[in-house]
Amino acid sequence: MKTIVKYVLLDLFRNRIILVYSLILAVLSISLLGLDNNPTKGLLSLLNVSLLFVPIITILFATIYFFNSVEFTELLLSQPIKRNTVLLSQYIGVSFSLATAYGLGVGLPLLFLVSGTASLILVITGILLTLVFCSLALLIFVSFKDKTKGIGIAIAAALFFSLLFDGLLLAFIYSFSDYPIDQAVIAILALNPIDLGRVLMLLQLDTSALMGYSGALFKKFLGSAAGSIFSIICMFFWVFVPLLLSVRIFKKKDL
Amino acid sequence: MISIDTLTKSFGKFTALKNISLQMQAGQAISLLGPNGSGKTTLIKSILGLVIPEKGTITINGHVVKTDWNYRAQIGYMPQIGRYPENMTIEQVISMIKELRKDVKRYDEELIEGFGLDRIKTKTMRNLSGGTRQKVSACLAFLFSPDIYILDEPTAGLDPVSSELLKEKMLKERSAGKLILITSHVLSDLEGIASHIIYLQDGDLMFYKSVEELQIATGEEKLNKVVAEVIKKSIPQTAVNP
Amino acid sequence: MKGLNRGLILIMMFLFVQPTLGATIKVSPAINALSKALKAANKNDTLLIQPGIYKEHDILIDKKLTVIGVQWPIIDGENKSQLIFITADSVTVQGLQVQNTGRSSMTDMAGIRVQNANFANVQGNKVLNTTYGIYLQNAAYCLIKGNLIHANAVDELNSGNGVHAWKCHDLFIDNNDIAGHRDGIYFEFVTQSHIRGNKSKRNVRYGLHFMFSHNDTYSKNEFSDNGSGVAVMYSKGVVMTDNIFRHNWGDAAYAILLKEIANSHIEHNLFVKNTVALYMESSTNIKVEKNRFIDNGWAIRVTASCDKSTFQLNNFIGNSFDVTTNGTVMLNVFRQNYWDKYDGYDLDKNGIGDVPYYPVSLYSVITERIPTAMILYRSFLTNIMDQVEKVMPSVTPDQLKDTEPRMKKWNL
Repeated sequence: MKTIVKYVLLDLFRNRIILVYSLILAVLSISLLGLDNNPTKGLLSLLNVSLLFVPIITILFATIYFFNSVEFTELLLSQPIKRNTVLLSQYIGVSFSLATAYGLGVGLPLLFLVSGTASLILVITGILLTLVFCSLALLIFVSFKDKTKGIGIAIAAALFFSLLFDGLLLAFIYSFSDYPIDQAVIAILALNPIDLGRVLMLLQLDTSALMGYSGALFKKFLGSAAGSIFSIICMFFWVFVPLLLSVRIFKKKDL
Repeated sequence: MISIDTLTKSFGKFTALKNISLQMQAGQAISLLGPNGSGKTTLIKSILGLVIPEKGTITINGHVVKTDWNYRAQIGYMPQIGRYPENMTIEQVISMIKELRKDVKRYDEELIEGFGLDRIKTKTMRNLSGGTRQKVSACLAFLFSPDIYILDEPTAGLDPVSSELLKEKMLKERSAGKLILITSHVLSDLEGIASHIIYLQDGDLMFYKSVEELQIATGEEKLNKVVAEVIKKSIPQTAVNP
Repeated sequence: MKGLNRGLILIMMFLFVQPTLGATIKVSPAINALSKALKAANKNDTLLIQPGIYKEHDILIDKKLTVIGVQWPIIDGENKSQLIFITADSVTVQGLQVQNTGRSSMTDMAGIRVQNANFANVQGNKVLNTTYGIYLQNAAYCLIKGNLIHANAVDELNSGNGVHAWKCHDLFIDNNDIAGHRDGIYFEFVTQSHIRGNKSKRNVRYGLHFMFSHNDTYSKNEFSDNGSGVAVMYSKGVVMTDNIFRHNWGDAAYAILLKEIANSHIEHNLFVKNTVALYMESSTNIKVEKNRFIDNGWAIRVTASCDKSTFQLNNFIGNSFDVTTNGTVMLNVFRQNYWDKYDGYDLDKNGIGDVPYYPVSLYSVITERIPTAMILYRSFLTNIMDQVEKVMPSVTPDQLKDTEPRMKKWNL
C-alpha cells in the first residue's frame, strides 16, 4: 500500500491541475483576506469559495483521475496485490494530494493573515469536504464502467449537494413551517456534507447567535460543542461510508 | 499450468464466455484468436482475476484464482493499452513495480536494454509515444521471469526492430519451458512462435489444437493460411451445431 | 431639556453650596458603632467612618448628614439583610464599601436605599455583591456618581438591579460602573433624568431597562455583553446619544429594543456585534441618525407597526442583514445612509448612488417568516436567491428603500 501511495503522490504532486488548483486557492485566500480588514468577513467569503469550489473540483478531478488510471489499475492488479490495497492506495493518493493542495492554498495564507481557531476549522472543513468528495468520486468510479457517464454523474452529484439539496430543504421547511421540524431539519442536514461543513464553520464564527435566534433547538444544539462534534462525526461518515461501499463493489467489479 | 473448467461469464444479456474448459501446459506458446468481441480479452482478464467468473473455476499451478491472489506472482502480463500515471518517469514506473514485488530479487532487464529504455528513463509517461509505452509494458511483463506470460496484442504499435526483439524474447522464454498466451491480429508475427492455437467465436471455444496438427489437416505451411483454411471449414459446421 | 437643566442646577446648589454648620465625628469599628453614631449625630454633622469592618444592617439615616468613608471602611450585611437606608433629604454617602446584602422575595434588599427623600448624594462608593445596588424610591434631584456596583447574578429570579429607580424625577446617574445584576440600570416612572458615562456590563437581562420613563437623556454610556442588551418601553421623549452598544450577543439579544416609544432621538451611537442592533416595535416618530451599525446580525428590525420614523445619515457596515421587517407596508423613511452592500453606481459624481438601495434581502424576508430557514444561512442557494431578487425584486417590500444611498461612509 505504501509503495503505491508513494508513487501516486509522486505523480500527482507534479500534476498541473493540482498545482493550479492550489495556486488559485492561494490567490483567492490572499485577496479575500487582504481586501477586508475584517477577518471574520474574509473568512466567511473564503468559506463560500471553499463550499462552492472544493466539492465540484474534487469530485471532477478525482472521478476523471480514477477513470483515466483504469489501465494502470489493471496493471497493478496483475501483480500479486489485493484489490482493496490498490483501490485504497489510489484513494489515499488522490485525496491526500487534493487535501494538501487545499491545505497549502488556503491554510498557509490563513496562518499568516488570520491565524486562530476559526481559520483552523475552515481548513479542517475544506479538507474533510475534499475527503468526502473523493470518496464519492471513488464510489462513482466503481459503480460505472463508462467514463463519460461517470463524469456526468459526478457533476450531477456536486450540483445536487451544493444547490439542489438546499432548495429541497428550503421547500421542506416552507411546507412544514407550522410543525416543530427543527429536529428533522438537523437530521436532514446531516445528509449533505456541504451543509455540515457550512454549519461547522458558522458555529465557529459567532454567527451561532443568528441560528439561536431562530429556534431553541438550534441554539441548544448548534450553540454547544455537541453541534460541532455532530457535524464532524457526520462528515466522517460521509468519508467512510462511500469508501467502504466502494471497496465492497470493487471486490466484485469486472475491469 | 493453467486449468480452466467450465468457465462462463456474461455482461448483462451478452454472454462473453460460454462454458469454456481448457488445459494449458508449460512450454506451450498459445495463440488466442478470434474476431472482435469473441471473448479473448474476457478470457485473459478472467485468468488475471480482473474479471470475476460467473461459473466455473480457473486454477493456476494449483492455486484457485478466485480466492488466492498470490498466484499472480507467477504471471507476467502485458496489456493491450499501456497507460501510466502521466507524470511518472519510465524509471519510476519500473522501480515502483520492483518495490511492489519484494519477493523477487533477480530482474530480467534484457528488454529494457534491448529497447534502449535505460537511455530515456527520465522521460515522463506523458511524453512517450504509444509504441514506447508498449515497450515499457513489455519490459514489465518480462521483468520478474515468471512462469506464465499473458501478452495482449504485444507487437501492435511496435516498430519492426522492436517487434523482432520481442519475438526473440518470447521464443527464448518458450524454450525455457514457460507458458506463453498471446492474442494478436497479426498472425505473421506469431510465425514460428505459436505452438498451439485457441480459436474463440461469440464466447464459444471453436477449437484448441497444436499448429502441427492444423498444418497437417489443412496442408498449409503459413500460419495465416492455416488459420484461414480452418476457419473456412469449421465455422459453418460448428456454428449450426455448437 | 429645560426641565433637566433646572434639575441639575438644583442638585448642584444643594450639594456644593450647602453651608458646613455641623460638627465632624469620627466613627471606629465596634458593635453597632454606625447605628449608634448616626442616632447620636445632629443635623448637618459629618461622620468620618474609619477603616475596618462594620457588621451592621438596616443602618438608618433619617436626618441631613454627611457620611464619608476613610479608606473604604467595609459595611458587611453578611448576606442577611439590607444595609444603608436614607429617608431624609440632602444626605451624602461617600467612599464606603457596602457589601453582601441578603436576598429576599419579600423586600428588595439594597446596598444603599433612598426612599421618599430628595437631594441624596451617593458618590464614589463600592457596592459589592448586593441584590440591589443603589435603590431609589420616590426620590428626586439625586446624584449617583462614580460608584462601582458589581455583583455576580446568575439568573433573573434571584437577582436585583444595579441602579434601581422607581417613581423618581430629576436624577443624575453619572459615571458608574455596573456589572453582574439582573438589569444594570432600571427605571420605572422616572422622568427628567440624565444617565451619562456609565458602563453597564455582563448583566443577566438588560444593561438598561426602562418603562414609562419620559423625557430622559442617555448619553456616552457603554452597554456591553448583557444578556439581552437594552430595553426601552412605553416612553416618550427619550434621547439616546453617543452611547456604545457592544457585543450584546446571544439569542434574543438586542442592543436596543424599542417598544411603544414615541418622539425620540437615537443619534451618534455605535452598535458593534449585537445579534440585533435596533429592534423597533409599535414606535412612532423616532429619529435614528448618524449611528454606526457594524458587524451586527441584524442592524435594524423594524416591524410594520412602526411609523413616521426616519433612518438617515447612518453607516451600515458588515451586518449580516441590514434591515428586516415583518410586513410589506413600510411607513418609515430611509435616506442618505451608507450601506456597504450597496453595489450601485454614481454617474453624476454627487456622492449619492443613482439607483436606490433595497436593504431587505430576500433571504431575510424568508427567515423573518420562517425562522427555521436560518439553517441555510450563507449557503450557495440563498446567495443566488438574493442576487436574483436584487435584479428582479418580487417578494421584498418595495417601499423599503434608500433612494439616496451614499457612495462613501459618513465620517462619524
